[in-house]
Amino acid sequence: MARADKVAFGQFIPADTPVHALDPRAKIIMATAVIVLLFVTRSAATFLLWLLLLLFLSRLSKIPASTLFSSARPVLILIIFTSLLHIFATPGELLFRIFGLSATKEGFMLAFLISLRLALLVMYASLLTLTTSPARISDGLEGLMSPLARIGVPAHDIAMMITIALRFIPTLFEETSRIIKAQKSRGADFETGGPMKRARAYIPVLVPLFVIIFRRAENLAVAMEARGYGGGSGRTKLKPLRWRRSDSAAIALLSALSALIICGERFLAK
Amino acid sequence: MPGAAQFILSGAEFSYPGSSRKILSGVDLEIRAGEWVALLGSNGSGKTTLLKILSALLAPTQGSSFICGGGSERPAAERSARCAIVFQNPEDQIVASTLEEEVAFGPENLGCPTEEIRGRVSESLAACGLAGMETRLVSSLSGGQKQRLALAGALAMHPAAILLDEALSMLDPQSRRAFTEIIAAEHSKGKTIVQVTHRLEEIRGAERVLLLKEGKIALDMRREDFFKMKGSELSELGLELPPLERLCEGLKEGGLLPEGCAPEICAVEKCLNAAFGR
Amino acid sequence: MPLSVDDISYSYNKGLPTEREALRGVSFRAESGILSVIGHTGSGKSTLAQHLNALIIPQSGSVIVDGSDTSGSPAEVRSVRKKVGLVFQYPEQQIFAESVEEEISFAPKNWGFDEEGVKKNVAEALAAVSLSAEFLPLQPYNLSGGQKRKIAIASVIAAKPSYLVLDEPTAGLDCVSARELEALLAKFAAEGMGIIHITHDVELALRISSEILILEDGRVVFCGAPEECAEFLCSAPVKGLVLPDVLELSKRLASSGVVDKLEWNAETLLERLKEKWRAQTK
Repeated sequence: MARADKVAFGQFIPADTPVHALDPRAKIIMATAVIVLLFVTRSAATFLLWLLLLLFLSRLSKIPASTLFSSARPVLILIIFTSLLHIFATPGELLFRIFGLSATKEGFMLAFLISLRLALLVMYASLLTLTTSPARISDGLEGLMSPLARIGVPAHDIAMMITIALRFIPTLFEETSRIIKAQKSRGADFETGGPMKRARAYIPVLVPLFVIIFRRAENLAVAMEARGYGGGSGRTKLKPLRWRRSDSAAIALLSALSALIICGERFLAK
Repeated sequence: MPGAAQFILSGAEFSYPGSSRKILSGVDLEIRAGEWVALLGSNGSGKTTLLKILSALLAPTQGSSFICGGGSERPAAERSARCAIVFQNPEDQIVASTLEEEVAFGPENLGCPTEEIRGRVSESLAACGLAGMETRLVSSLSGGQKQRLALAGALAMHPAAILLDEALSMLDPQSRRAFTEIIAAEHSKGKTIVQVTHRLEEIRGAERVLLLKEGKIALDMRREDFFKMKGSELSELGLELPPLERLCEGLKEGGLLPEGCAPEICAVEKCLNAAFGR
Repeated sequence: MPLSVDDISYSYNKGLPTEREALRGVSFRAESGILSVIGHTGSGKSTLAQHLNALIIPQSGSVIVDGSDTSGSPAEVRSVRKKVGLVFQYPEQQIFAESVEEEISFAPKNWGFDEEGVKKNVAEALAAVSLSAEFLPLQPYNLSGGQKRKIAIASVIAAKPSYLVLDEPTAGLDCVSARELEALLAKFAAEGMGIIHITHDVELALRISSEILILEDGRVVFCGAPEECAEFLCSAPVKGLVLPDVLELSKRLASSGVVDKLEWNAETLLERLKEKWRAQTK
């Protein structure tokens, strides 16, 4: 069977690099910071700087740039759609007309910037999931959320749910693909027809998938209980989180870089 | 030699809450430490439910149970840790993305210190032929490897007993052999094995056979005696003697093989060579 | 006209760093009877199965079913998919309908049979798997494993395919259900359906097939009748395939001269040995 080692969107690739070794809490903080800053960025030049940083990190983490770029593929449709919206809906200098819609120069520029932002957003998020195993991400989230546990946020449970959800992404992809093939073999047509017809064509795929998912959830809960799982209290860790100087250094570096980039942009905009 | 009683069920009954149907209607059972017991029965006979009771995941709704050193007064989690269970589908058991994280799950739940977790992970992976694959992704494993990983996760609990719920039925013949060898190795280290299956090839290592019928133990015999049962009796139970055993029975009936000849290829070959003067 | 597979090759993720060759230069013909394809996990069996009903198009070579090429026009592909029914492993996982009738009608409806034709096909398919019409209104999820398996198979043969490809059809079944299924396959083959049966179980393949194909790392290493297959398996180990006990025993007895021919069937070997014993003790 095709246990092809496909790199699904954001799937973890183990390796021995400084990026992989960073504390997941640091990585989550940095990824979140970059994503927030991407929303604040205005100029194309700044986006290019973020892109350069991304390429540098890709080198450092031994993740090929092509893998990062292809992680943006799922949002390609969104990017195209948003671009079209901005090209035709932004007032400004008219470039050409088509089907009664006006494409403007400002529209193209805005579309370009927004596309860059969306793509970079996804790629930075992917960099996080590609260099950090789901268990580590969830440990990191749990660690970051633990102060909130005092006010009743179920940090551990949320973290466990994320771990399990992420671990099942490749499995569910495979099972969905198998069900689609089985129904195609019975003459199901997923290509032709209008949106309503095509949506209905997926019922013979979604129903069996949900049956599998629910049954699996039941069985998995039993298996976890059989291995002594009873919630988060009293659990120890194979790889306890240990904040090191390299983590503080990484955050300091990133803060400095970000400050430079944002200030630089403000300065040049004047 | 089997040791002290490890599992004792007295008049155990079970029905799911809200249902009047009795899945188990009075099971009396004693399994000693170190025994290898095969548990057979048709689909719907209650095998899986019985196994879950033996692993302390369920408690009988009537009657008493003594599991791995404690009655129902000991916390279920503690008893569960003593009896590890491996189910049929590895995808329904594996929670982590890498092998070491998966095997560590059990010891983490038990609150073992980090160093001990690490030790248990290496030793369990090695026992299951997965040594050195700690950082591999679960999604890159074959079906047979995944099931061995599930077994490694169970072994990391340092259980006194291993319960198998049709654990080999989704595996190819080669993987089944590998898995059975690991079970046999664990058995020789003194672990109790309770194995639910419907393929008689898999229970050749078992010492004792229990048959569950309509929620009760209908048969309890030594494995050698069970394999002597007539083909017609077995097919009524939905079972079939493996080809080699059928051959041996026929040869013994025809006088070509001595009664004491074990139904193993080497033994049969030797006896037949002798019989035909080779 | 047969189902002919000509020198097909296929690699997953072609062109990417994760490229993996699944099939290389595979050729064979299937007409009638039961052709079993055996091989280790990863030998390309499932990939091959999906080539036969045009789910996968070969990257080189061709698959032609009764004149239609799987890499041809959409109409040709449709024709192939209708003629070649594919039953996946654990096919009960594809069940989605609320009644057995609805489930089995899925394929004939998709292939354009009219209402009457669909009803007829459904009734015949159900009968073909030895289930009574009482099952039609029932909910598939409440049935036993063996029954669900039969319904999944019925739902494929309801399209009246000329060929039936089954991937490990007896996987997970108890002995009685497995034997029933084997008998069904023999019946279909006798009625003229070309059966292509993919399995790990060498003993089963030797027992029920008219022809056996062995795949090793995506290549065909053997194609022929069961007797020759047994000889081939005994002459050199094949990756991932376990010699059935009786065959292994007969191989050893043949080398010591106790039997002259390789046997994989317990009853047949028993008879041979008894004959020899009778001759000897005379």
